[in-house]
Formats: sequence, structure tokens, C-alpha cells
Amino acid sequence: MAMLEITTTRHNPLVDPQLAVWSWEIPVYLFLGGLVAGLMVLAGLAMRRVARGEDSRSFFSLQAPLLGFVLINLGMGALFLDLMHKLYVWRVYLTLQPASPMSWGSWVLLLVYAVLLASALIRLPEAWPWLGRRVPWLQMASETLLSRPGLVGALAWANIVLGVGVGIYTGILLNTMVARPLWNSAILAPLFLVSGLSAGAALLHLASALRGRGAASQGMVGGAFSALVQPLGSTLPDEHAAEGLVRADLAFLAIELVLIALLLANLFTSSASHAAAGALITSGPYAWAFLGIVVPLGVLLPMALQGLELRRAIPHSVVPALLVLAGGFALRWVMVNAGQASHLLASSAGF
Amino acid sequence: MPRFGMVIDTRKCVGCMDCVVACQTENDVPAGYCRDWIHTELRGEFPNLAMEIRSERCNHCDNPPCVQCCPTGASHVEANGQVVLVTANKCIGCKACLAACPYDARFIHPDGYADKCTFCIHRVKEGKDPACVSVCPTHCMSFGDLDDPASVVNQLLRSRRHHALLPEAGTKPRVHYLT
Repeated sequence: MAMLEITTTRHNPLVDPQLAVWSWEIPVYLFLGGLVAGLMVLAGLAMRRVARGEDSRSFFSLQAPLLGFVLINLGMGALFLDLMHKLYVWRVYLTLQPASPMSWGSWVLLLVYAVLLASALIRLPEAWPWLGRRVPWLQMASETLLSRPGLVGALAWANIVLGVGVGIYTGILLNTMVARPLWNSAILAPLFLVSGLSAGAALLHLASALRGRGAASQGMVGGAFSALVQPLGSTLPDEHAAEGLVRADLAFLAIELVLIALLLANLFTSSASHAAAGALITSGPYAWAFLGIVVPLGVLLPMALQGLELRRAIPHSVVPALLVLAGGFALRWVMVNAGQASHLLASSAGF
Repeated sequence: MPRFGMVIDTRKCVGCMDCVVACQTENDVPAGYCRDWIHTELRGEFPNLAMEIRSERCNHCDNPPCVQCCPTGASHVEANGQVVLVTANKCIGCKACLAACPYDARFIHPDGYADKCTFCIHRVKEGKDPACVSVCPTHCMSFGDLDDPASVVNQLLRSRRHHALLPEAGTKPRVHYLT
């Protein structure tokens, strides 16, 4: 039988025997980035209702930007922890590298911060009266925004456009690396976007379920928490809104399933390197996580549960939302780790 | 401006690792790391076996994915010789270049920045060969300007069968192996 024996004297940490440059930080960052992208799109849609005067006390328009702001900071924290030359991080903002998705992403992130903060301002003084009293300009900014529907409408579109952009960006970040066949599919971008939208809907559902029955706490700590997970005051999100989230999540999960199937079809009908990369997640060392967790527990089971909830066959619960969030993280974890294990197979044409 | 490249004769290379040691000494490569290494491939069916021994390093690609993905411009193509280099105090250690390189030629220096072969550009500027080339006991390595038709590297490429690593990656590597 023909043999191929390869030996190498290379022994670089994080590179040999298999590339392992990205640990838990990057999956966390990609998951939170996708989640924030989803929250921004959902917040934008809710804010459009506020701008049109259809909803003056929009539940999502308060929660989504604030949650997004907290989560994007956590995500950036994870990304910062991953950097090996941390003191030079400011170098990112001294240049724009047109061919580098990471460079574009860093600049777009500044816009994301600005839009999330401005969006959160709409309801912030109302959610945190103690803060509104101490910082009068917050109250003024909120009133200015609310009195100008055009401005709220523009912010809504900014949320939607940036949300879609960030969601796609988290996929493109990996997709552009020709060296790693598992990542080298453009389907990764819409897959991560839809997974982010699904996770965003799940998180808002979870946040609305966590609300107390009484009036929201308004203290410094309690107020901060209730602003994140509770609607304004004692106003509860209407049933229609909560059910709308479940319906949206169901649609996102169905699209995600189709995109996962397309990704696999893409890999297995491509080159030998791509097929070998696909095998890593279908029969190789990452199959247990992909076929055992991501697809059945992160997509299929929540789809089934949400379908039954909508048919009133079972009561609403936070279980599908928790599964979707866990599945969303598992998807990034599998893709980041299996992607690093994938590599171009050398041809034997050399000698 | 020259476009430096390397030609390595796999029929002469015996895998002695002199090039590896010379690089580590010349460039003060930290212990446990290497900018160049020996790769040995044995193919075939006994008794018809073929072996290729290659001294490998960064390919200083014409189309370098490590440069394209760098968010700060730390990874760049030096005007002099079109050599791919890393400016340590611009590198944030994001490791995107390590993931983007199909040859796994880069590593993270213990000080935190991405590091790799420089073609010993500091020596080349002084008119010398890279350290690995200069110490090779079998003279299997040649270094020169790929844009100069009269250069040794071009003469070798014209006269011998040769291949580069993973040309299907589209990176247009500039280290060529004579077979």
C-alpha cells in the first residue's frame, strides 16, 4: 500500500502539532457580536414602531440597545483578553486597512457603540430616574430624541443596517482565510447573521420572562438590572410582542437549518481539502459537538418546542430560548476550533 | 526594486538543520521556537519509495494573506525586495495572520507579537546572503532577485524541475524547491 510519512522539526507553540491560536475568547466574542447584531436589528424594528407613533413605550426599544451595549462590552473584553500584544491595541485606530475585515470591523464598532448609546438614551432617564435626576442632559437628550420621530427613525435604520453588518462581519472574519477550508465558505456570513438574530430574539424573550411582576426597581443597582431585564415601570410586554419573538425565532432557526445544510453541501462538493474539513464536524473529532449539540439541541429541539408553544400545545417557557443561546455559542465554538484544525491538503505533484 | 526569492535543491538537502541553527543564532529566535524548519516527506510503496527533504520557512508570498488580514498594517510588504515583514510595535497579537497563513510559518513571539522569517533582510541590505543560505554545507540554497533574468535563482528555475508549496492557495509563494 502506498505510504505517506511526514516528519517536521517545527515545534512552535500554538501552531504545532495543530493550529490552536484561538481559545475560548474568540468563540465568546463571535457569539456576543452575533447576539448584539441580532439585538440591534430587533431594536431597530421596534424603534421604527416608536418613530411611527405606534408604540410610545416600546419594550424592546429600551431593552435591546442597553443589553446590546452591555454585551458588546463583554465581547470586546473577551477579544481584548485574546490579544497577545495588548498594550498596542490602540494601533488599530491609527489606520484603515482596506483588505482587513478586522480593521473595518474595529472602525464600524465605534459606530455601533455610538448608535447603541444613542438608542439606549431614548429610554434611559425613564428607566433610571436616579441617573436622570443627577445628569439633566440625559433627560434633555431623551426628550429631544423622543420629540423628533425622524431622528428615532434614522436611529432605527442605523441599528438595522449596522446590526446586519456586524452579523455578517462575524462570519466574514473567518470566511476570508483561504488557509482554513472549513471557514472558506461565504455561507458562514449569513449563517452567523441568522444565528445572531435567533440568539437576539431568544435573549429578549428570556429578558422579558425574567421580569418581576411588580414595578421595576429604580435604585442604582436594582435600576440597572431592571433596565436590562424589565420593561419600563410595571408595564409588561404585551403577549403579542412575546409571541412575535417566538415566531421570529422559529423563522430564524428554520433559515439557520437551511444554511447549515448548504454549508455542508458546499464543503462536501468542493475540493478534497474542503471535504476533509467538513468531515471534521460530521464524522471527525468535532462531530459530537456539531451533530450532538449544535444541530439537535441548538436548532431542532427549540424549533419543535416553539412550534408547540405557538400551537398552545405546551405552555411558554424559557427552555427554547436557553437552548438557542447555548446552541449559538456552541456553533461558534465548533466552527472556530474545527476551522483551526482544518488545513489545505498538499498535492503530491511536487515529487 | 528587486523581488527576492529563494530556490532550494531538495536533491542536495540532507536535513542537517544547519539552516535552522544559523537562523536561531542570527535572529535571536527564542528557545522553543523556529523561523525555519526541516520537513521530510516519504512517499510510495516499498521498495519504490521517494523522499524529499525541504528546508521550509515563510514563503514571502506575492499575494500574502497574512498582510491582507492584518488590522494594523504591522504585517507589510517591505518596498526593498518585497519581503513580508512584521513591525513588532504595530502588532496587537490578534493572531489573524497565523490563522491566515496556509504554511503555518508564523508564531507568536514570547513578547506577544507575530514573528517569522525575514529573509534576513538586515544581512541582505549589507550585500550578504540570509544566514540559512550562507551556512548550508551542501550549498542547496540560493537567494536572489526573481525579477532579474540573470540571477542565480532564475537560472536554476529555468534549468531544473521545481515546485512551490500549496500553489492552489493562490498565495504565489517565492520559495521554490528543485526536484
